[in-house]
Amino acid sequence: MTDTSGNRSNPLAQSQGMTRRQALGVVVLVVAAVFVWMVFAQWPDWLKAVLISKKAFLSAILNGLTLAGLYFLVASGFTLVFGLMRNVNLAHGSLYLLGAYIGYEFAEWTGYWLIGVAAGFLVLAVVGLVMQITVFRRLEGQDLRQTLVTIGISVVAADLMLAYWGGTTYQILTPRWLSGAIKLPVVTAVRSNGTEVFLVYPFYRLIVLFSAIVIGIGLWLLINRTRIGSMIRAGVDDRDMLAASGVNVHFVFAIVFALGAGLAGLAGVVGGSALSVAPGEDIRYLLASLVVVIVGGMGSIVGAAIGALIIGLAEQIGLVYFPTYGVVLTFVIMVITLAIRPQGIMGRSL
Amino acid sequence: MNINRRTLLALALATGLTAPTLSVAQADSIKIGVLATFEGAFAVLGEDSERGALTAIDEFGGKVAGKDIELIKGSSDASPDSAVRAARKLVEQDGVKVLIGPLSGDEGIAVKDYAKTQPDVTFLNGSSAAQDTTLRNPAENFFRFSTDGAQWMAGLGNYAFNEKGYHKVATVAEDYSFPYTQVFGFMAEFCKAGGTVPSKSWVPIGNKDYSSVIAAIPDDVDAIYVALGGADAVNFLSQYNDAGGQAPLIGGSITVDQTVLTAKGRLHDVLVGTPAAGPTADTNDSQAWKDFSAAYKKQDGAFPSPSLFAHAYYINMKAALLALQEVNGDLSDGGKKFREVLSKLEFETPTGKVSLDENRNAIADMFLTEVSEADDGTLVNKLIKVTPQVNQTLGIPKDEFLALGAVSRENPSCP
Repeated sequence: MTDTSGNRSNPLAQSQGMTRRQALGVVVLVVAAVFVWMVFAQWPDWLKAVLISKKAFLSAILNGLTLAGLYFLVASGFTLVFGLMRNVNLAHGSLYLLGAYIGYEFAEWTGYWLIGVAAGFLVLAVVGLVMQITVFRRLEGQDLRQTLVTIGISVVAADLMLAYWGGTTYQILTPRWLSGAIKLPVVTAVRSNGTEVFLVYPFYRLIVLFSAIVIGIGLWLLINRTRIGSMIRAGVDDRDMLAASGVNVHFVFAIVFALGAGLAGLAGVVGGSALSVAPGEDIRYLLASLVVVIVGGMGSIVGAAIGALIIGLAEQIGLVYFPTYGVVLTFVIMVITLAIRPQGIMGRSL
Repeated sequence: MNINRRTLLALALATGLTAPTLSVAQADSIKIGVLATFEGAFAVLGEDSERGALTAIDEFGGKVAGKDIELIKGSSDASPDSAVRAARKLVEQDGVKVLIGPLSGDEGIAVKDYAKTQPDVTFLNGSSAAQDTTLRNPAENFFRFSTDGAQWMAGLGNYAFNEKGYHKVATVAEDYSFPYTQVFGFMAEFCKAGGTVPSKSWVPIGNKDYSSVIAAIPDDVDAIYVALGGADAVNFLSQYNDAGGQAPLIGGSITVDQTVLTAKGRLHDVLVGTPAAGPTADTNDSQAWKDFSAAYKKQDGAFPSPSLFAHAYYINMKAALLALQEVNGDLSDGGKKFREVLSKLEFETPTGKVSLDENRNAIADMFLTEVSEADDGTLVNKLIKVTPQVNQTLGIPKDEFLALGAVSRENPSCP
């Protein structure tokens, strides 16, 4: 049998010589080829006229990818918690900001950035655990009430953090070995004397992207390859059946909530080092992760990755090529998703 | 029965809450509202503006014309609608007759428009510095004793072109009325001197990730003019540093302000030597500035030197108090006498003489500065030159100045 899975759903396509899947493959190949050419070739003048410069374009793509990594870290916790508990945790942004401040304090105190990162994760995991046990467990099954409580928590937390850390902008300093820029093997221009100008990119941002990918793969393995993961998946599908089959659902909930909060805290430290920490970040990242999971599909890790990628790239490309209306682009994407596929790209209908 | 009891309770509570404040206010205190950004990206700026206002009140011993000053705070987040909401709350609920604020450019234009609907309330600007708050379509009861963003740039364009030798400059600024005004002020001089500005980047306020913007700046410019404030400036500067930024910078007034110079991070290297201009200079050695600086430092959490926000709120608050003293605290005629006194008021500030033009916008001295490191390692704005008594039209006749058009993304332009 040479049949691919694609034409099983659409047997008619075979008679047209090419299946839908094959057509899609050709399109992807063409796009990939064009992209590779754009990365490695010298740009002709008409392309520069359209896209400003090769350096601007490639930097926007790379920044989009690293921003997507950051969004993914924040949104993955959000989507995990939602998928399992049907709880839209609107205090998720506050967890991000608190993690960033905690990371800053620990990094300053010990002098080791990595300890700051670890502290951001661990402290926020504990905070998440406490939130789950003291607040959400009491309101189990009352989705609307839980959501309202999380709004309340986020408002109170924002003011408490403003009172303690003030309005000053903090920058978590990355260690020397992570800072600075590196040359990528991509030529952006050739000077008149023949020397090649290479693309220079901050090293730390590549690390952000790399760690987001590692954490993403780790999460995927955890969900799909471990026992606790199978419990989580079962819980997403049918909470009551999972409880009935003898699993301690509260234990699973607590683990997931702690993991989600911890990831938000970790993202806070990582993001606070790449960008900065200031009041208002909580709302920004809450909004970003909301958009990411709406586009990607609530409750799906892969969906969060895809959503983060789309939103991150859209934000950066919008910022460079049409800054005034760039903000709208993200929401246009969200509206289109909601109109065509309301459950999100990877979401299942609820 | 149950509902009745509840309604009674609510009524009792409501009267209990409102009645005492009303009666106290009538007796022997004057309510002054202070509107600033105590939340959002400009929170740290708002906090410092409050210190400035308090410095002026402390100077008067907390009393004016024998009455206690009662300060009521309103908070916005730098968006015009939040500023109007806070102003409405102060005016319509708290009943202030004198309001100082707001802090940010678009807020100023929105509050000016709101002022037109409240002719009995007197509005004094905080530190908002968009040109059209007072230049076009002004409100009769809105006074600005602090100057606007174009005035603040006095001297910078010529200095950059002649002394620094920058002939081609790219600009990066936030996308709203105040940075438009600053870029206008800078380019008015710079383009006249013969410089060109081939690329202007406008970024949304509260943007975090500037690396794409930095990458899109042409490589062949001599310098980059940056007009960003608060957290935005810190983000841009540290990312510019990370990207191995080569071109030197020219600062907008609030980009190299104390609110940014004191931020925690690796800003030192990119900032030292950056020329800028504004209504204050940290190393101003006049006695009046030193006294003001010392009085300011008594406030909680003060910076090593007052920011221009503290300065602007101080000046406007002081103007209000001086005028209140002159009318003996009498606002019973809807503040008419008070406003008459204000429009003729002329007084010595820590930064020289201030008076108003016919649009109630200040004429004052401007300071050309350069960021340098003080002996104790903190960054300060070193005074280079004073441009005396700059008016809103930058010395150009008014009709000619108005013909230049309203500031915007495209205006002015000299590519």
